[in-house]
Amino acid sequence: MAVSVTALGRLSLPRRLAPAFWGEAHLGDRAFRLCTAAFAAGALLTLAALALQMTRASALSLRRFGPGFVLGTEWDPVRESFGALPFLFGTVVSSALALLIAVPVSLGAAIFLSELAPGWLRSPIGFLLELLAAIPSVVYGLWGIFVLAPWLRDTVQRPLSGALGGLPFFSGTPRGFGMMAGGLILAIMVLPTIASVSREVMRAVPVGLREAALALGATRWETVRHSVLPSARSGLVGAIILGLGRALGETMAVTMVIGNRAEISASLFEPGYTMASVIANEFTEAAGDLYLSSLAEIGLLLFGVTLLLNALARLLVWRIARLPDGARRA
Amino acid sequence: MMFLGGPRREDPAQGREAAPRSAPAQAVEKLRAEGLKAWFGATLALKGISLGMKERRVTAIIGPSGCGKSTFLRCLNRMHEVAAGARAEGRVLLDGVDIYGRGVDPVQVRRRVGMVFQKPNPFPTMSIRDNVLAGAKLNGVRLREEDALFEKALRRAALWEEVKDVLARSGASLSGGQQQRLCSARALALDPEVLLMDEPCSALDPIATARVEELIHELAERLTIVIVTHNMQQAARVSHYTAFLYLGELVEYDETDVLFTKPQNPRTEEYITGRFG
Ligand SMILES: Nc1ncnc2c1ncn2[C@@H]1O[C@H](COP(=O)(O)OP(=O)(O)OP(=O)(O)O)[C@@H](O)[C@H]1O
Ligand SMILES: [Mg+2]
Repeated sequence: MAVSVTALGRLSLPRRLAPAFWGEAHLGDRAFRLCTAAFAAGALLTLAALALQMTRASALSLRRFGPGFVLGTEWDPVRESFGALPFLFGTVVSSALALLIAVPVSLGAAIFLSELAPGWLRSPIGFLLELLAAIPSVVYGLWGIFVLAPWLRDTVQRPLSGALGGLPFFSGTPRGFGMMAGGLILAIMVLPTIASVSREVMRAVPVGLREAALALGATRWETVRHSVLPSARSGLVGAIILGLGRALGETMAVTMVIGNRAEISASLFEPGYTMASVIANEFTEAAGDLYLSSLAEIGLLLFGVTLLLNALARLLVWRIARLPDGARRA
Repeated sequence: MMFLGGPRREDPAQGREAAPRSAPAQAVEKLRAEGLKAWFGATLALKGISLGMKERRVTAIIGPSGCGKSTFLRCLNRMHEVAAGARAEGRVLLDGVDIYGRGVDPVQVRRRVGMVFQKPNPFPTMSIRDNVLAGAKLNGVRLREEDALFEKALRRAALWEEVKDVLARSGASLSGGQQQRLCSARALALDPEVLLMDEPCSALDPIATARVEELIHELAERLTIVIVTHNMQQAARVSHYTAFLYLGELVEYDETDVLFTKPQNPRTEEYITGRFG
């Protein structure tokens, strides 16, 4: 997630070193520069090699299905007919669902932790939050199977189905396992990431800016609204991108609760399948070159989608983080 | 709102012209600290200060670095308690009402008692214009009044000429001294009853300093000013009264002329003559 990390770094906006830095320099400086440049190049090369290898591996499928692969809705290993749309749909919808739930909650939590909570409460809660981010995803998955899915079915989906069953989102049989469970478990998993990064970003806003607002007779909320959030906004978007990255790539927990059926349905009750899940589930038992190659192409697609969404988010950061002229001198 | 109660009724110009810095006796106390103590965690930064600040007069706070001048100022509009682990004890009477009393809303106090901080802190995400109007907007000033308000505030802070063509630029794009005046303008736009200024000229050149001192004189016709300064000449020029703080205690307080010419305490004398050690 190199992209998001840069997004976070924008908060402090380090100014470019003068070109002189690249000119005559001490021996130590030159060695240091070479070293770090090699590391940076290494990261880029790995990325390029990865893309190349994946493209090679998916060559067969690329040749056979062409661009139609992306929009194909069938996934039938027996008849060797493969299309990626259900997985694309599953990945995008479950991640979007996750952000929809997680962003407001985690921003709220971050505001509480950074601005409102009494001092003695901040570090214990912050610590628990970070602990939450460190739980292995398979544990989340188990919890999803044994607790979340049955609970969703009995306490959420049944009443919803009764009251709003007419809506396409809530049609069909409540079964617990499905898109709703997938989105929810992703939301729970990205929440600590977004919340703890957002908290750090808000803590980094200078005290003086809070005091400036308070001294003008702003309430706590007005201070957050008019001073802290605007100053932290690019970092906050960075935090959300970080969460999105985690949601897009998450495999295990989602696989365990989303139902794993390659279908496209508007209903949140119905099972779905994500790109990461289908690769993890089927790669080991994929018989036949075309099958393997199609899975590789799904991987390539996931790679592309992640890059694309990151780029879009980056653009978004750039747009909303644009300050009045000259703000960078701060 | 500006001219409440009895003492406000006297002609402001009269007292000043007759004796610019001799501080006529009829001035009433607008603000009074009584037994004011302030802590940072376990450190006692103010050790019980009692001091009255007269209405429509300028009171200067002087003293060596770290003696508690900023802390004292911040206690006067309940900004001290905003810092982590900071607390205050004692009373501060604003128009006779204890601002630390039960049921007093610090937000209301801060709207009446404005503050210019030692370190300039314009909002970097706001334009110069929005910076000036930030406080006024919080108080629900209507759009039609905005224009006049912010030009007036910038003019009073002696910044208008420098920024009138770049009002859309970020507040953080200004120089340190300009930022300082921007913060003064921001506080003034709120039309406070008391203005607390913490070294408002520390980053200004002599010309801008003179303008700000002029502004202080002008403002003193309508509001009560407490100013912290390290510059003895400035204290002598702008203030009617001066208080000398040392190690968190009030050492001496008097009319400025008296304090600078006939200090009672040897410490005060050492400090103002620059023989402090
Ligand atoms: N945030 C803080 N945390 C802990 N101690 C502090 C804090 N701010 C100030 N102090 C301490 O309180 C005392 C008074 O500080 P204060 O800022 O009021 O001094 P000052 O008179 O304004 O100094 P200066 O002239 O340098 O601005 C100092 O001894 C300082 O070390
Ligand atoms: Mg100070």
